[in-house]
Amino acid sequence: MSLDEIKIGGMGASRRRVEDNRFIRGKGNYVDDVVLPGMLHMEILRSPLAHARIKSIDVSAAWAIPGVRLVLTGEMMAARNLAWMPTLSYDTQAVLATDKVRFQGQEVACVIADDPYIAKDGCEAIVVDYEPLTPIVNPMQALAPGAPLIRDDKENQKDNVVFDWQVGDKAATDKAFASADKVSKLELHYPRSHPSPIETCGSIADFDRSTSKLTVYMTTQAPHIIRAAVALVAELPEHMIRIISPDLGGGFGNKVPVYPGYVMSILASILLEKPVKWIEDKTGNLISTGFGRDVYLKGELALRKDGKILAVRMHTDSDHGAFFSDAQPSKFKIGLMHSAFACYDIPAAHLTARGVYTNKAPGGVAYRCSFRVTEAMFFQERMVQAAADDLGIDQAEFRRVNLVHDDDFPHRTAFGFLTDSGQYAKCLDIGLEAIGYKDFLKQKEEAKKRGRLLGIGISTMTEPLGAGNSRAYDILGIKMFDSAELRVHMTGKAILRTGAKSQGQGHETTWAQIVAHELGIPADDIVVEEGDTDTAPFGMGTYASRSTPVAGAAVAMVSRKIRAKARKIAAHLLEVSEEDVEWELGRFYVRSAPTRGVTIQDCAFAAYTNMPDGLEPGLENVSYYDPPNLTWPFACYIATVEVDPQTGVWDVLKVVAVDDCGVRINPMIVEGQIMGGLTEAYAMASMQFITFDSEGNCVGSNYMDYLLPTAWETPGFELHEVVTPCPHHPIGAKGIGECATVGGPAAFVNAVMDAVKDTGVRNIDMPLLPDRVYEALTTKKDISGFPPVKTDA
Amino acid sequence: MYPSRFNYESPKTIEEAIALLTKGNGEAKILAGGMSLIPMMKLRFASPEMLVDINNIPDLNYHRADADGTFHIGALCRHSDLEKSSILAQHQPTLAATAPLVADPIVRNRGTFVGSVCHADPQGDWASAMIALDGMIVAQGPKGRRTIAVRDFVTGPFQNVLASNEIAIEAIIPATKGIRFGGYLKLERRIGDFATAGVAVALELSGASVIRAGIGLTGVGSSTVNATDAAQSLVGSPLTSEAIERAADLAAQAAQPRSDHRGSAAYKKQVVRTFVVRILTEINSTKTKAA
Ligand SMILES: Cc1cc2nc3c(=O)[nH]c(=O)nc-3n(C[C@H](O)[C@H](O)[C@H](O)COP(=O)(O)OP(=O)(O)OC[C@H]3O[C@@H](n4cnc5c(N)ncnc54)[C@H](O)[C@@H]3O)c2cc1C
Repeated sequence: MSLDEIKIGGMGASRRRVEDNRFIRGKGNYVDDVVLPGMLHMEILRSPLAHARIKSIDVSAAWAIPGVRLVLTGEMMAARNLAWMPTLSYDTQAVLATDKVRFQGQEVACVIADDPYIAKDGCEAIVVDYEPLTPIVNPMQALAPGAPLIRDDKENQKDNVVFDWQVGDKAATDKAFASADKVSKLELHYPRSHPSPIETCGSIADFDRSTSKLTVYMTTQAPHIIRAAVALVAELPEHMIRIISPDLGGGFGNKVPVYPGYVMSILASILLEKPVKWIEDKTGNLISTGFGRDVYLKGELALRKDGKILAVRMHTDSDHGAFFSDAQPSKFKIGLMHSAFACYDIPAAHLTARGVYTNKAPGGVAYRCSFRVTEAMFFQERMVQAAADDLGIDQAEFRRVNLVHDDDFPHRTAFGFLTDSGQYAKCLDIGLEAIGYKDFLKQKEEAKKRGRLLGIGISTMTEPLGAGNSRAYDILGIKMFDSAELRVHMTGKAILRTGAKSQGQGHETTWAQIVAHELGIPADDIVVEEGDTDTAPFGMGTYASRSTPVAGAAVAMVSRKIRAKARKIAAHLLEVSEEDVEWELGRFYVRSAPTRGVTIQDCAFAAYTNMPDGLEPGLENVSYYDPPNLTWPFACYIATVEVDPQTGVWDVLKVVAVDDCGVRINPMIVEGQIMGGLTEAYAMASMQFITFDSEGNCVGSNYMDYLLPTAWETPGFELHEVVTPCPHHPIGAKGIGECATVGGPAAFVNAVMDAVKDTGVRNIDMPLLPDRVYEALTTKKDISGFPPVKTDA
Repeated sequence: MYPSRFNYESPKTIEEAIALLTKGNGEAKILAGGMSLIPMMKLRFASPEMLVDINNIPDLNYHRADADGTFHIGALCRHSDLEKSSILAQHQPTLAATAPLVADPIVRNRGTFVGSVCHADPQGDWASAMIALDGMIVAQGPKGRRTIAVRDFVTGPFQNVLASNEIAIEAIIPATKGIRFGGYLKLERRIGDFATAGVAVALELSGASVIRAGIGLTGVGSSTVNATDAAQSLVGSPLTSEAIERAADLAAQAAQPRSDHRGSAAYKKQVVRTFVVRILTEINSTKTKAA
């Protein structure tokens, strides 16, 4: 009799998250919880100016403070060839500024002391003489003729352009535009935002001279990449470097890059031969670590009058800040921006992308998305709505005309990706039904007569997850596979380690469920460990929604290897040949005598006590998984809103989400991911952005100005599901970590734009703060660009 | 975040606290709820040498109405005490409308009403309500007690008239002659945000006629704005829609907002205007319903 898979916590079980046991009891173990004997504390002095030449740095007063152990400046780093470090995108980044500061918040010096208060006092005692230079705060300024050169440290850098890149078929696209009935144009800005995990970045470096071993506790989403980077940059032997990423208090892409603070704590520990702890403060995190977005779009759609999209033309100008330090596959300069329009059947597309340097903190990290996919899908869905309006076609109908049909898979997208499966129209229908589309349109007309403004916005999209396959995806040449290692103990309990790194996604819970599904070992009997490079197999870490698509697949594959060996053991125990052994969940039995069987636990015990001749003892294995393709979940998000014409305030009336992420391992966790993502989507649409004044001062350096929505203002979400298994993933999963963050913002913005449509306004750039909506309503003009900080001081 | 070094004192009586403040000689600061002071210290915007924590002084956490209707709020009365208070809901409509809009529930659990008024943040919500109600602050120093009208109490942004060794003991809302009506509306970007603009209205009605009016505006000036012309324009006549519109225009004129990341000056004036209309219209309809 087969096991009840739900009871053992297998696939489809909404198993409670095992990690929450320690988190809700305050027993998590974050970097800042780690205390080592003799540990010193590091604080960073940051630049108050966005662009300035450093004339001198006087650290003598800092040295004079009792308890100060070390003061590091750029000059001292330079003497060790560590003033600059390579980034994940083949650029360089200053560890400590030597010549110039290039953004407000840039690291200028650091102080290591007996306690963090003294270290902070030390930073305050340092005197830096700056000669201010003209700051550049947006791509328009950066590209203007005669603009000051930001990266004058780079030999061949003549302007502020980071890259000029293109993809798609220009000739075919131009041709389609020439024959179009109508061309719909839209210019958009996806504002700069910050992933803002609650836990900031930090590290504790512990160099032990006696063993030559460097152990670093670090807030990183990708510990193995860090180990490789430290080995290459600091020229330390890789086997003597141990990176431990303990519990992480959120990541969202913010903890992928390598930050100067990590490097300085490592150098300080080597110099002082003591553990050195650096915990970034909230302002430091918000003003200096990896931002997301900050992309300007010029988009055009070539349309036939029946609504068919004939071609897409996109140009993006992206603001990368002072250093190009985004983590992204090395082939693609603007991430996977060209995944835009993948859910629509469009014959031709062309994208040109230009990246620029500005005097802002390095940006462009994949904030909860697969490398720029958030921007891609937002641009797509805003352009789609504008096009529908321009043609006077109902926005749902317009999508239906263009969505890829179920029987057209595999489908080659206009930019050349291959999508494999989906039921797009079905998802849309479920969404429209759930929101009460037809009724709402009537209600909206009724309300209009009484001066009330209602609106409805749709966003449909498929996004590429799981970078990658090794042919197309690598970071700094390291192929983007992932790994899992499973060791089944004698009593049938097991430990699983993967190359991924959970930051709240619940890997400890879901990975065990995959093993339970494959082997019938109850999930509670499996412990999951990640984040320690001395024990975990090499993997690329967790971001870009790649864990379930890649590491999760490796978990299934390693379980299958274990099952294959267990089958041999079972044949031995059952005294039949392997071919006569059948498998059902948790048990092998004799085909001709199904009551004769042994459990997976019996096999595990025999692996250590009674193995067949010629078979190695033990029951463990490792799997490195290189996915054949990306996975493509689909989502349809619909929001309805009411706008207050007197104040521009808008309230969300209802949100419906229909997600098809393939097979759901733990439905509760999937729903949690969707709700979290929709919350971030609502934040982006309504309130969240980091802006700068004309001097390059960051406005949004604390949580009073950088607004994170809480349960109090976040609307409720109604969730629906469709399941189209991924044909190439071992368990049919597609990934869900980021869909709602990616697809959600356009639903909210489209809803507000729908509400104000009668004014002729076609666009208000995010965030749709009430004052901007009010201004659009009263001036009847588009509100474009990032909200400039107008301060009439 | 790591503040500069400071000494911490925890007096058990008001007199002891005053003595410590005197000793501090301008370098000591009173710690009440700490919800404004501690954030400033952790950012090192404030680096007092001494903190005089008044939380262990007994009998300062109260709020009550005298028989004549005079209302007292003690120095340690928390925002959340007021939010939950039935006496407040019964007697003080303006304050009752303000209470749930100050900060967020977490901050409201610690922050104090009196501390908020002392802090004199132009974006503080309570100060507008106090202005609208002609509230007063009772202060105690080495030479005894004095009572200061709130309109004279605040001297500028984050500044008040207290000497460095004076403690605000309580706030007083004077009794009314007519029937009290009032409201508070605040535009915030999210819960826990300071006001983009806020409007406090306090009215006393005798029959249909307004016999006293006060309007305080939050976040639209370098300190809390006392919209006296707007308030005065309502006195002596019923709340007709013309009267409401006129008061709203005058209040918007009294506002002196700056353009910033919360919105343009013109927008903030528009919000003030809208809120005055909404509060007065609402009062008008409750009043009619009550009658
Ligand atoms: C996240 C957050 C959001 C907030 N949002 C809002 C908001 O939306 N609206 C709003 O109005 N406020 C807001 N606040 C401020 C909050 O209301 C504070 O509680 C209040 O301003 C100060 O009260 P306190 O008791 O915390 O004072 P403290 O922080 O203890 O003191 C503030 C100042 O007043 C002085 N002081 C305090 N008590 C006395 C006294 N009895 N006599 C003399 N001087 C005294 C102190 O020395 C100090 O200078 C917010 C605070 C936070 C942290």
